[in-house]
Formats: sequence, C-alpha cells, structure tokens
Amino acid sequence: MGIEEKLPNGILLTTVEKLVNWTRKASFWPATFGLACCAIEMMATGAARYDTARFGMEVFRASPRQADLMIVAGRVSQKMAPVLRQIYDQMAEPKWVLSMGVCASSGGMFNNYAIVQGVDHVVPVDIYLPGCPPRPEMLLDAILKLHDKIMAEPLGDKRREQLEAAGPQLVPPGSMPSSYRFNKEKAAQWREAAKTGTTEQLRIRNWMAEQGVKVD
Amino acid sequence: MFGTAKSFGVTFAHMFKKQVTEKYPEVRKPTAPRYHGRHILNRHPDGLEKCVGCELCAWACPADAIFVEGGNNTEHARYSPGERYAKDYQINYARCIFCGLCIEACPTRSLTMSNEYELAADNRKDLIFTKEMLLAPLMEGMEQPPHPMRLGDSEKDYYVKALDDPGTSVGAERSQREQWVADHTAADSEAARLAELRDEAAVTEDEHPSKAPNLAGDPSKEVKK
Repeated sequence: MGIEEKLPNGILLTTVEKLVNWTRKASFWPATFGLACCAIEMMATGAARYDTARFGMEVFRASPRQADLMIVAGRVSQKMAPVLRQIYDQMAEPKWVLSMGVCASSGGMFNNYAIVQGVDHVVPVDIYLPGCPPRPEMLLDAILKLHDKIMAEPLGDKRREQLEAAGPQLVPPGSMPSSYRFNKEKAAQWREAAKTGTTEQLRIRNWMAEQGVKVD
Repeated sequence: MFGTAKSFGVTFAHMFKKQVTEKYPEVRKPTAPRYHGRHILNRHPDGLEKCVGCELCAWACPADAIFVEGGNNTEHARYSPGERYAKDYQINYARCIFCGLCIEACPTRSLTMSNEYELAADNRKDLIFTKEMLLAPLMEGMEQPPHPMRLGDSEKDYYVKALDDPGTSVGAERSQREQWVADHTAADSEAARLAELRDEAAVTEDEHPSKAPNLAGDPSKEVKK
C-alpha cells in the first residue's frame, strides 16, 4: 500500500510487518465526512463519553491529506458521489473507508433515484456498519474490527501470497465482535462456536443469560 | 493574569470530577432493556419454530430488508405447529433500520429483537442473516425440528399454553418486563406505598366490607357508596 512495499522481498520480516501494522492502526486519523444523521453519532463517538482518542484517533481531520480513514456517515446522494470520490482520491495511502449506517452501506430505506445504493459503488469499502443510525459503541466496534483487519494485512506481495496459500482462517480477522475479542473467556467461546458455525446462537444464548434467563 | 489562572483552574478541577468515558470493548454497558438490536426467531418450548411464514414482517418492513419464503408442513416434516412454516427467512442488515415494525406485525411473537448491536462486517454478504443465524438456540427440553407436535394435538394448544410457557421469547420479553417493573417499583417509594395501601384495603374489605377505606381511582368502590 505505502512506499515500504516497494522494498525488495526478503528484507522485511513478519515482526516488521506487525510493527508497521501496529503503527498504522494505533494512529488512525479519520477524515470528517458526515453527510446525515449518522454524523451526529460519529460526533458523539469522538466526544468525551466514548472518546475515540483512547484508540489513537485523536481528532477528525478537516483535510483529506492528513487522514487515513474516511467514515462515510450518512446517505450519499448522486450529486455528492463525485465529491466523495475526489476526497477519497486526495487522501494519502494507506487509506481505509468505513461505510457507516445502512444508507451508506446499501442505500438503506432510501431505495430511490436520488441516493447511491451503497457507497461501494464509488469507493472501495473496508468495513460495513449497519444501524440507523448505529450507536457510538457500534462505530467503535466497527473501528476495532478494522484495526483487527489492519493487523492481519500483509506487507508486500510475497507475504500476501504466503497468507493466501495458508487458506481462510476459522475466525477471519475483523469478524469477531469487539466485546468478545477483548474478553479472553468470551473469545475462546467464540472460536469454539466457529468450529460448528454456531457463533450467532452463542451470541443470543449469552444475551439471554445476561437477561437472567436460565440457559441449559 | 487572573483570567489565565481561572481557565487553568477549570481544566484542573476536571481531574477530580467523575470520569464519564465508557470502557467500551472491555466493559460493555447494558443497553436500555428495549433497545432495538438484532432479531431472534423464537421457538416453542418443544423446539418447533414459532414462525408460520405469513410474511407480515416482510410486508411491514419499510426498507424491504426481510425475505420470507413459506412452505407447507407435512406429516413427515413438521417445523412449526399448524399448516405453514418459513422455509427460508433472511434479514438484510445492510438495509434494516431497526424500527421494530416487523416485531409489531408478527402475529405469533415469533420475531423479537435482542439488544445485540455488534454487527459490522467487511462484506455485504455477511450482513445478510439467514434463518440458521436468526433462529434461537435450542434450550433445555427442545428438540431440533422437524418433529411432530409434542405440546398438544393442534396449534391452538400451543398458543393457549404460550401465555404461561412462552418458549425462547422469554428472553426477549418476559424477564425484561419483570426486571423493569422490579427496578422501578423498588425505587419509586410512592408506588410501593400505594401498593401497600391497596393490599391493606383488600384485607380489610374481606373482613369488614363496610369499613373499607375509599381509595381514589377505584370506581367500583365509589359506586358502592
């Protein structure tokens, strides 16, 4: 993605890859791209209560040249689409796109001629976040899932081939809910459930237990 | 000079204030009990599905996020009590706006919502939840359908008994409601006092019907006087 990928193969080791990915994910500056109601939740996420600064996201940059992550928050109209594309093109590599809310992800309830049916028609999207609008925790969850994906990103073509040869993982990076990933016990439960493909059932079961319903 | 000290003072004073930041990924604060999260397709206490494949949820959906394909139950393969069941059921979370109109439309309380919200995925396909993902897990005493009706001879028995034995939707409604009532009556001393008064009145009425105190808002007693 960046200039380090132009280096000859065999120089950089996986530890360096991890370090590079870690620096990338730990200083992840978003560009302000609030288009509608989702932007209100995005602002709430940046404010004191949810505080994205905990994850090194500090401030929302007004200039695309200083940003790594574009959070497309809200519905994208046909008229806004070229503007969005230009902002994306102006961002420096490496860059990521988070499609926040159902309108940005697929057009949502606005299935009409005025709205782009998913921002992935205009720019490549790295993570889709449903919700109308998603609550701040959901945005944090999406950002943390993206962190997980970035940590697993290969550095250079050789490494990419290596990872592709290894085949798909049982729990692909960016698929585990953050409250599970940050809790060792629950993460183990999730991995166990992934073997039988019952992760969603596990989620409902745990939620029912939280509600005080007797499970098993 | 004084102005500068004052403004630093404001910042400094915040060090002694209560922290408002939530520790989200490590500590997940429970949502409001009726928060609209991802859906659950509930089961009857014997494991049969509550969904009858009527498609009312799909009709109610303003975002066209729900797809239902009905199928007929047969003698050999029964998935729900009654005639029909949902052969295929999908909710597209890239469209769903969590308005809850589908829940209102559901005639069997088959579709309810949980408080789960961590739904982000890195492709659109993973946002389409299939029937297997939405169906509630099998709990104690439940059996994976298809199997014959275990709780009665017809679907009517299921719906009559459902008042006392709601199956998995107990997680979606019953316990939350009871919890809410418990929380709010304990905190609200006025409500507790009124409830006590009412109990006392009921006791005195049983023993000496004429001496019962007249409680405001009880029309039956006012009529007697």
